[in-house]
Amino acid sequence: MTLQDRYPVALRLYPYRRSGDQDAATPVRHPVVIAGGGPTGLAAALDLGRKGHPVVVLDDHEGVGLGSRAICFSKRTLEIAHRLGPGPGMLEEGVIWQKGRVFRDRDEIYSFDLLPEEGHRYPAFINLSQVQFERFLFEAIEHARTEGVEIEIRGGNRVDAIEARPDGIRIEVMTPEGAYNLEADWLIACDGARSPLRNMLGLGFKGRVFEDNFLIADVRMTADFPTERWFWFEPWFRSGDSALLHKQPDDIWRIDFQIGWDIDRDKELKEENILARVDAMLGEGVEYELVWSSIYTFQCRRMERFRHGRVLFAGDSAHQVSPYGARGANSGVQDAENLAWKLDFVLRGLAPESFLDSYDAERIQAADENILNSTRSTDFLTPKSEISRTFRDAVLTLAARHSFARPLVNSGRLSVPCTYDGLPGFGPDMLGQPARSRPGAPAPDAPVNDGYLLDLLGGEFTLLGLGIEVPKATQVDGISVAGLALTDMSIGDMLRERYLGEASSAAYLIRPDQHVVARWRDLDLDVVQMSVRNAVGKGGE
Amino acid sequence: MTLNLEPNLSDPDGFYEALLKAHEGLSDKESVELNARLVLVLANQIGDAATLAAAIEEAK
Repeated sequence: MTLQDRYPVALRLYPYRRSGDQDAATPVRHPVVIAGGGPTGLAAALDLGRKGHPVVVLDDHEGVGLGSRAICFSKRTLEIAHRLGPGPGMLEEGVIWQKGRVFRDRDEIYSFDLLPEEGHRYPAFINLSQVQFERFLFEAIEHARTEGVEIEIRGGNRVDAIEARPDGIRIEVMTPEGAYNLEADWLIACDGARSPLRNMLGLGFKGRVFEDNFLIADVRMTADFPTERWFWFEPWFRSGDSALLHKQPDDIWRIDFQIGWDIDRDKELKEENILARVDAMLGEGVEYELVWSSIYTFQCRRMERFRHGRVLFAGDSAHQVSPYGARGANSGVQDAENLAWKLDFVLRGLAPESFLDSYDAERIQAADENILNSTRSTDFLTPKSEISRTFRDAVLTLAARHSFARPLVNSGRLSVPCTYDGLPGFGPDMLGQPARSRPGAPAPDAPVNDGYLLDLLGGEFTLLGLGIEVPKATQVDGISVAGLALTDMSIGDMLRERYLGEASSAAYLIRPDQHVVARWRDLDLDVVQMSVRNAVGKGGE
Repeated sequence: MTLNLEPNLSDPDGFYEALLKAHEGLSDKESVELNARLVLVLANQIGDAATLAAAIEEAK
């Protein structure tokens, strides 16, 4: 089968180049092969590469696909991108927004503010097109390569078959110049919602299809709409059941129309019909240009397990949600971060292979949380029965009049990172509060001296002493634990509120992915060692 | 007791989901009947006559 583009490429970042592997007498073996160069695959490649592992990324296209697709990138994703390098550039280019308005017909029912808390390096969200997000990751990879990081992105390389063996995976790759084989110790499948790898392994992808179609149109216009998220239920411009208007960089606006289940797809996608909808929405005399459009349906589903031996699924290949809530690309990047440090530990012999099961457990918990929120939003947007619609309309009517009904209006619950409550590998919690920094939670950012706390964490385990002396560096079974002691002098109000609460001092053990493992009032290094072992799947030893 | 029109639900999304779930698969008539019973149960929980009267006015 020859190689054919499944979608138009926006930026030809990694044109096909012949690799030495194609001329090797026997298949060349690589420690990590990643299938798919989307946000998840590139983030995983960059993270693992920076940790010192050679990575090969196979992508059947030669660059980033056209169209914005994901547009909202969350604080946690930006924090991860910061650790990997491109965070500041993304923030500079992205559009920061914090206000949302919800309308019914012509009337504003209510508005909300994401209430950005002070003392974080990154805002709750930025809007940036997925094309640019991927470009940033790609450029960071290119930059890392100049510093000796071994990441190779092979464009025009399509995985056609895999054979999973107990000790590795044999991969058959198709290129414009024919097929070749290679081998991998570990294969990360970041090949999207339709994941060919999932199909090759015969694995299921169960969930719900929502009977509705959504038409997305990205238009370029220099309008003076504010930088806010505007959402209409039963919009006055009579274009579907709901609509969304959201700003991206470079005067691009994302418009989303909910157009129902029984539609003529080809007819709806005709430019004149899309323009008619946009005209009605924007009103007379607004000049704009249609940049990209697409129709999609919602699905909420996930694989039963994300780890299948030496094949690990991440991002859309493992789980899919509706877009209201920005839980797709954001959760993919968070999958990548969760997996990267664990695979790093396994590759370095610091943790047993079974440790990768914690990737499965933690990211399934995150996926279920995303699916739950996304399903609830979609049920509100697309009432599936008369009574459902009756309640929805009652909520909207009451919400215009009273604040009590507003928390029930659901036009998307925006992505927040999962706290891995109740899972093995965390604890103990000997501090008991504050709740937001409990074991399992992503460490909240806070100002420290002239910078931010998260800048000081990550890459390896960190023992954070707040008003407590901690050793500068310790080793637990070969695992480095960095010490970070902050004295009362450098503990500001925000750090205190987020990590100490009522306590006067505390010690926190934090994982390489900046999730809190355990916390104590007093430091006992023997107990810390046990927590480190427990955190890398060696609790039983 | 006065009628509370400020947000008071501890888990709004969870409540809404449970409410819709209770109606799943019911006919229109069955749904109306379920709602009627639910209103009566909740009214008993409130108890206070003035509050209930205010709630009825508010919902009209």
